Amino acid sequence: MLDTTQTLLTERTMSKDIKISAKGVDVFYGDTHAIKNVDLEIENKAVTAFIGPSGCGKSTFLRCINRMNDTIDICRVTGDILLEGQDIYAKSVDPVQLRARVGMVFQKPNPFPKSIYDNVAYGPTIHGLAKNKAELDEIVEQSLRRAAIWDEVKDRLHQPGTGLSGGQQQRLCIGRAIATAPEVLLMDEPCSALDPIATAQVEELIDDLRQNYTVVIVTHSMQQAARVSQKTAFFHLGNVVEYGDTNKIFTNPEDSRTESYITGRIG
Amino acid sequence: MLTLTFFAILALALAFFVIGRSRAVAVVHGDVRLLHSRPNFHGILALLLSAICGIAVLLLLGTMGAVWIETHLLSAILSAQPDMSPIEAELVLSDARALASGGIASKSDPLRLEIAQQVARLGALHHWGTVIVSLVATLVAGLWALGKISSDWRARNRSETIIRRILMLTAAIAVLTTVGIVLSLIFETINFFNNIDWQVHKFLFGTTWSPLSGVQAGKLDPDKVGAVPLFAGTLMITVIAMLVAVPVGLFSAVYLSDFASPRVRAWAKPMLELLAGIPTVVYGFFAAITLAPFIRNSGEAIGLTIASESALAAGIVMGIMIIPFISSLSDDVINAVPQSLRDGSYGLGATKAETIRQVVLPAALPGIVSAVLLGVSRAVGETMIVVMAAGQGANLTANPLEAVTTVTVQIVMLITGDTEASTAAGPAFTLGFTLFCVTLLMNIAAQRVVRKYRELYD
Repeated sequence: MLDTTQTLLTERTMSKDIKISAKGVDVFYGDTHAIKNVDLEIENKAVTAFIGPSGCGKSTFLRCINRMNDTIDICRVTGDILLEGQDIYAKSVDPVQLRARVGMVFQKPNPFPKSIYDNVAYGPTIHGLAKNKAELDEIVEQSLRRAAIWDEVKDRLHQPGTGLSGGQQQRLCIGRAIATAPEVLLMDEPCSALDPIATAQVEELIDDLRQNYTVVIVTHSMQQAARVSQKTAFFHLGNVVEYGDTNKIFTNPEDSRTESYITGRIG
Repeated sequence: MLTLTFFAILALALAFFVIGRSRAVAVVHGDVRLLHSRPNFHGILALLLSAICGIAVLLLLGTMGAVWIETHLLSAILSAQPDMSPIEAELVLSDARALASGGIASKSDPLRLEIAQQVARLGALHHWGTVIVSLVATLVAGLWALGKISSDWRARNRSETIIRRILMLTAAIAVLTTVGIVLSLIFETINFFNNIDWQVHKFLFGTTWSPLSGVQAGKLDPDKVGAVPLFAGTLMITVIAMLVAVPVGLFSAVYLSDFASPRVRAWAKPMLELLAGIPTVVYGFFAAITLAPFIRNSGEAIGLTIASESALAAGIVMGIMIIPFISSLSDDVINAVPQSLRDGSYGLGATKAETIRQVVLPAALPGIVSAVLLGVSRAVGETMIVVMAAGQGANLTANPLEAVTTVTVQIVMLITGDTEASTAAGPAFTLGFTLFCVTLLMNIAAQRVVRKYRELYD
């Protein structure tokens, strides 16, 4: 019985080209019930935006997708999250390997206090993705090109990454995440610490990334969600209130709470 | 009586505080918003002015008066007997003092009795004069401050200026003490080098240390003041101590900051820091009575001859003593590495070990280096452990199983020995000055590194 449901689920997800599928996910921080019975299917090679007021659980849910919540002692996750039909919370899954497949970019740019080159080479080196120095050089260059920062840093690859501007640092962090060749990129408010010009650059980059990666982005900016995403999920008090095509959510929301949030009446 | 006066001045000052405060309120008929300064500041200014004036007069009259009486009496003695030598005059004076206070004098002749009378008279005059004048000064200053109270009297600014001056004075005491110590070290060092005819190289590079064995008429033998065995012994023990302290301290810091559960951390960290609170003399006899015999016996069991006082025993115990410094400071800097860096590394699929080795430790390295340098300067200056466990013979050896001696041990030997202080002080102060220079350089280096580290995250 269990096997057939599993197979059915897998077939269904594959047929609709679903990358990540969450079923009845609950998250508890100590006694706080942060995420309440969330079902969500995230499409392959598309940008999905999570929006919602502060404290609604969107970042918490994002961190479940690559098991970053494991590093927090008091956090407990129940329910199923399937990555290509495989339960990522199964005993057989090593969170370390999972995170190589599901990369993450954080709210505040966090380059390591190393050179720009070493920042990008860090992931490929620990996962053994490059056989020699030439291959590693190639990965670093490709990743920085995809992160749209290569031209700005190619002459100073061996200077510290902490010396870049905020927008450059965030693109470096995106390049660093791309370097481990992930399938999914999770972005937790990647532009909240950036100025408008850097934000525009990063948004453009997210749009490009869609061709090769499944991107999930948490954002406080509704305009940003509308600009970069194809699908939008509206979180409210730990529930997914509404989920669907971005166009529909922003032009014709079904739920009154979504409408109130989008028009700025709750938040 | 003078102590009593001191407390009386303080009591008066307190009274001025209370009066000043209420007078300030009264001046504006209770509407304190009209005052430039809050009533408390008027009170504080009255308190500070009266206390400072009173205590200053007390100290000045107390000391200067005594000096003036002494010179006056000595000149009185010398004018009575002009052919008397100054030392004899002082003897007469101390006899007179003894007579005046009813003690026993070496002789009691008319001169002594007359001076004794003067001592008693001038003493009483000086005593009561000091008491009365200082109390009057307190009253005058306090009343002056009270008289000044008005709605636009700037009591706050004035009292804050006075308080700032007092703070400056206390800071100056610490700084001047340091300067004084350093100057005395420098002068004694110069004296010592003079004594060996400026053959500084014999001190810095000579290999025989036996400074007191070649003394002739206060002159040291330059061939016997070679401090190399002491430097070598200090270096060896420091190296052994750091070999123990750095790995243990650093690894325990990594464990405490990144692996231990909050509950383990809550009791393990204070326990580790408790090590720092153990007096070094306790470490010393632990080294001498427990560890050194244990090492010797273990050595004998495998056929090694080990001295009962060895560099190894002293070094190991000193290392244990330094563990808490290294672990506590390293723990602080490792904790200061932002969580976002760790998250970034985990987010790329790094394991905990990879994250610590490749992200956390490199980020914390400057802080760890400065912790190690501080540990080294502790080790170099440590005395008690080496006095008890390392030995006294200035033995130039590279074998950690033999007894060696350190710079600090030799200073102790020189100063506590029964050689005349003026002879022993030279080499002791010179060694102290050398030690001071080394630890100063270490501390400067450590602070430089720390400052560099701060710039990284702030």
